[in-house]
Amino acid sequence: MIDLDQHSSLGSALREALDTFANETCLIEADRDRERTRLTYSDFNHMALPLARALQDAEFRPNDRCAIIMTNQSKWLISAYALLYTGGVLVPLDYKLTAGEHLELLAHSKAKFLIIEYHLWRAITQHPEFANHKVKIVLVTEAPPTADLKGGFRWEEFRRKGDPNFINRKRDDWACIVYSSGTGGRPKGCVLTHNNYLEQCKSLTAWYPFWPGVRYLSILPTNHAIDFMVGFIGPFVCGACVVHLRTLRPEFVRDAFVRYKITYVSLVPLVLKNLERGIRGNFENLSPSKRFILDRLISLNKLLTRKRPNVPLSRNLLPQVHKAFGCELLALITGGAFIEPSTMQFFYDLGIPVANGYGLTEGGTALTLNDLKPFRADTVGKPLPGVELRILNPDADGIGEVAAKSATVMSHYLDDPELTAETIVDGWLLTGDLGRFEGTGHLQLFGRKKNMIVTEGGKNIYPEDIESAFEGIEIKEHCIFAANFIWPQKELGKEMLVLVLHPDLNQEVTTTILDDISARNRRLPDFKRVGGYLVWDKDFPRTASMKIKRNELAEQIRTSVESSAVKAL
Amino acid sequence: MTMRTPQQTTEEILDLAAAQFKVPRESLSPDDDFFKKLGIDSLQALSLLTRLEQHFNVELPDYELQGVTDFRTLAERIQSRL
Repeated sequence: MIDLDQHSSLGSALREALDTFANETCLIEADRDRERTRLTYSDFNHMALPLARALQDAEFRPNDRCAIIMTNQSKWLISAYALLYTGGVLVPLDYKLTAGEHLELLAHSKAKFLIIEYHLWRAITQHPEFANHKVKIVLVTEAPPTADLKGGFRWEEFRRKGDPNFINRKRDDWACIVYSSGTGGRPKGCVLTHNNYLEQCKSLTAWYPFWPGVRYLSILPTNHAIDFMVGFIGPFVCGACVVHLRTLRPEFVRDAFVRYKITYVSLVPLVLKNLERGIRGNFENLSPSKRFILDRLISLNKLLTRKRPNVPLSRNLLPQVHKAFGCELLALITGGAFIEPSTMQFFYDLGIPVANGYGLTEGGTALTLNDLKPFRADTVGKPLPGVELRILNPDADGIGEVAAKSATVMSHYLDDPELTAETIVDGWLLTGDLGRFEGTGHLQLFGRKKNMIVTEGGKNIYPEDIESAFEGIEIKEHCIFAANFIWPQKELGKEMLVLVLHPDLNQEVTTTILDDISARNRRLPDFKRVGGYLVWDKDFPRTASMKIKRNELAEQIRTSVESSAVKAL
Repeated sequence: MTMRTPQQTTEEILDLAAAQFKVPRESLSPDDDFFKKLGIDSLQALSLLTRLEQHFNVELPDYELQGVTDFRTLAERIQSRL
């Protein structure tokens, strides 16, 4: 691994890595069972530098912002490096958002350049607001030969000969603007500095090192803080290799473990549960005698790894299981959303350690991580080196809001000093999550103080952002809450949004109205849908500027009705 | 091979989805939200896509499913590639 203390920016650290590990493989890209690209660090450099030169010739200046909207692939990382090389600020956007949301965040971030895959760009060009976008230069990857790019340039042709000028940045300069939520209501653009990333990279690799020969399977979107760090910066500064898949179909993901001998992978709970389901299904199909032997071997493995993992031993005890994962897997990395402890324990008992952690974009990539000494499925691990955590106003059980102080905590929310001041107080990041420390120093989470949910796919959903989808229903007032915000459960998982309807006096909530609501709900992406509704018969409390006083309304509902009053949609 | 009409494509998708996720065929209609009606998550929806590819002999990139929730739109996406 290169010495990150010698560097003040991501561009500079990556530049040294590309030199140091020139002959190592850095990227493999596969589509289904076809391998499309395999690059060494030297090849990567030769693809990125002409792009950096072309960007500079097109007047991309230090501190200019460039958005990237792409699925996980080599061109994502090549583009990102070219941008960091020229001193730019990256705006990684979630490719799963709609075209309208992309336009909204492009405007909010004031991105001057945009690098985007063709099918996503095509959707944006068909949006009614397309003509109003302010992006100066758009580079489109993988466009069909005859496609009309509506003013965009082909990424593959956008390159110039001649050395680009390397622009170094200072530690406190902006590296990325990452949206932790943010459409509809109030975009939350987390401004993360070079220092945030370099320090996070140091602390994560101290516990989970990479080295040349390690292969990381990149499945979580690269715009997400976890994959950006663990599927780009981390492996690159250590000379490891990142494997990208152009499809997320479970069957191809499973094959990839074996074909590419994967060492680490990060997964969201949804994918982890899917894997568990598949393995359990295979176990069910075994003959009773084989199943008996397997169960004994799992018990033995459990016993021998109760204090710490011993992956080589587990591979010998349970060779068939480990063969299905390619025999090189060292750990599954998870985070970003609640995971059933039983799912994590299931993998651990098979000798596949699960490195689960806790973090939020505002705090960098991760604040805590399981150090596996021993593995604790019921916690989110211990604070990473350099991270200080505190529980604010603990109740009798020791549960309170988790606050964090760390070099990885973001600089601020873009163009929102008010929200920044509410979120970072006296240098402490208020996470809005409720937790408690165990005597062993492990953090346990118990729910959320803030009005939001995190889906099994790891997405943060803020109810305010969805309310506009129900604008125009034949109901006097409506408002959306996270169920757990109204009725705190002190547990995570099974999170749901509730639509509160306040009809006019004597107005009935008819099936026509409910059909309209259901139809609108269906038009939302599946992870943003409301799970149930509640009819409320009082006026919503509002501020002078007519904004709903959400805390007050939640309090009124909490004291009047039980959560069982919520009807399914 | 004779060309399928959009209606035929939709019907065949409904048949395959009903068989794959073991729900009564008559309970499904073109405008249904397949996540909700079949009770599936996005990964299971992708595996439905694989089944449909085999049946219609087309290759559908994952992104064809992005933003699609009902059978009719899914059928349109497939029809355009037949």
